[in-house]
Amino acid sequence: MDPLHQFQINSLFQIVLGGYDVSFTNSAFFMVVAVAAIYALLVMGVANKSMVPGRLQSLAEMFYEFVANLVRDNAGHDAKPYFPFVFSIFMFVLIGNMIGMIPYTFTFTSHIIVTFALAATVFVFVTILALLKHGLHFFSFFMPHGAPIALAPILIPIEVISYVMRPVSLSIRLFANMMAGHTMLKVFAGFTVMMISGMGALGFVTGLVPLAINVALTGFEFLVAFLQAYVFSILTCLYIRDALELH
Amino acid sequence: MPNLLAKGRLARWSGVAGASLATLTTMAGTVLAAAAEHAPNAAHGGEHASGGLPQLNPANFPTQIFWLALTFGVLYYLMSKKALPRVAEVLEARQERISRDLAKAAQLKEEAGAILAQVEKSLAGARAEAQGIIAEAAAGIEANNHARQAQLNADIAERLRTAEASIAAAKDQALANIRTESAGIVRDITGRLAGVDVDQAQADAAVAAVLEERRG
Repeated sequence: MDPLHQFQINSLFQIVLGGYDVSFTNSAFFMVVAVAAIYALLVMGVANKSMVPGRLQSLAEMFYEFVANLVRDNAGHDAKPYFPFVFSIFMFVLIGNMIGMIPYTFTFTSHIIVTFALAATVFVFVTILALLKHGLHFFSFFMPHGAPIALAPILIPIEVISYVMRPVSLSIRLFANMMAGHTMLKVFAGFTVMMISGMGALGFVTGLVPLAINVALTGFEFLVAFLQAYVFSILTCLYIRDALELH
Repeated sequence: MPNLLAKGRLARWSGVAGASLATLTTMAGTVLAAAAEHAPNAAHGGEHASGGLPQLNPANFPTQIFWLALTFGVLYYLMSKKALPRVAEVLEARQERISRDLAKAAQLKEEAGAILAQVEKSLAGARAEAQGIIAEAAAGIEANNHARQAQLNADIAERLRTAEASIAAAKDQALANIRTESAGIVRDITGRLAGVDVDQAQADAAVAAVLEERRG
């Protein structure tokens, strides 16, 4: 009945590498499933190369064009080379979230370490990109244009902190949304079970209330699953734009 | 998006992405080593009885980071090298086909327009030619009619004249006959009634005088 039980990491088989425990876990398993599903969708989708796409091909093309538009609109035309990166991020988070909606699966995006590692990857990627493109000029990013020089001692620390906090906010947003949503589903499901076991026949009637709420929440969770993947990728695009244009 | 997956730049940036992941894994590894020391009791798989969030159990961090780096790295590789170029290829092929068909349609339309103009032109030519022929024929017929009319009129006038002449001649003849007949009749009557034999000249003069008197 513990609503947090669903976040438990279980080792499927033990692997120790360089002193670290890197066992293949339920989390790892669903990451592999997500990657396989994404790859299968795209490759099988366009296997026929039909002029008039079928259902699977439409889906693959839809994802492609959705993310392509996202990158073009939010990161600009210079960001085309990073499209595969944004696409991978979007699909990984989206499919990770969606897999979590299937009962008895594991939502790897509900773990802060996973979302933080993803966000930090974006952060490191974007920072390296900016440094490669602008060299030391990149640091002018922390001093907004046209601000009086006297404000520099205040502005620069603020800008630096907000920059460094990007991966934190990015990761916590996704992690917290996924964890809260899944916990809530479990809590309401638990209410139904408790009412049935505690109130007997009456429980079957009153238990319908949390069940109905759970149905609505499930729909809402699908929205959140998509929305958070979208937000994660759109912010990635905006960071790439910042890296390319520096304000 | 033809240069979306430009090979050279892509290779460079997949390098950057790889480097990012590697850096990150190392960074995280260091943090985790420290964290793990502070949480020596957190057994892997965690006895959940403690009630803590499994997400905050540092013992779970290395495996998740390891598998995330591995799976995301593989995903990035598969997407950038295999899946996305194929989708791009299909989309480009369709775009190409559509623009080719549109261009062909435009060309055919242009050709049809040219043919239509040609047809209009030859039709106008034919119409003009037909009008010319009709006008010419009408003029010919008109001229012919005029000539025949004139001929006919002349003919009629000629016939009228001869007829009038012959009528006049016949009239004169008849008059002359009347005179001689009248003179004969006068001599016959006077001979029988009065017993006077009037000579030819006297009778003629008398008839002429009476005729002259009647005519007057």
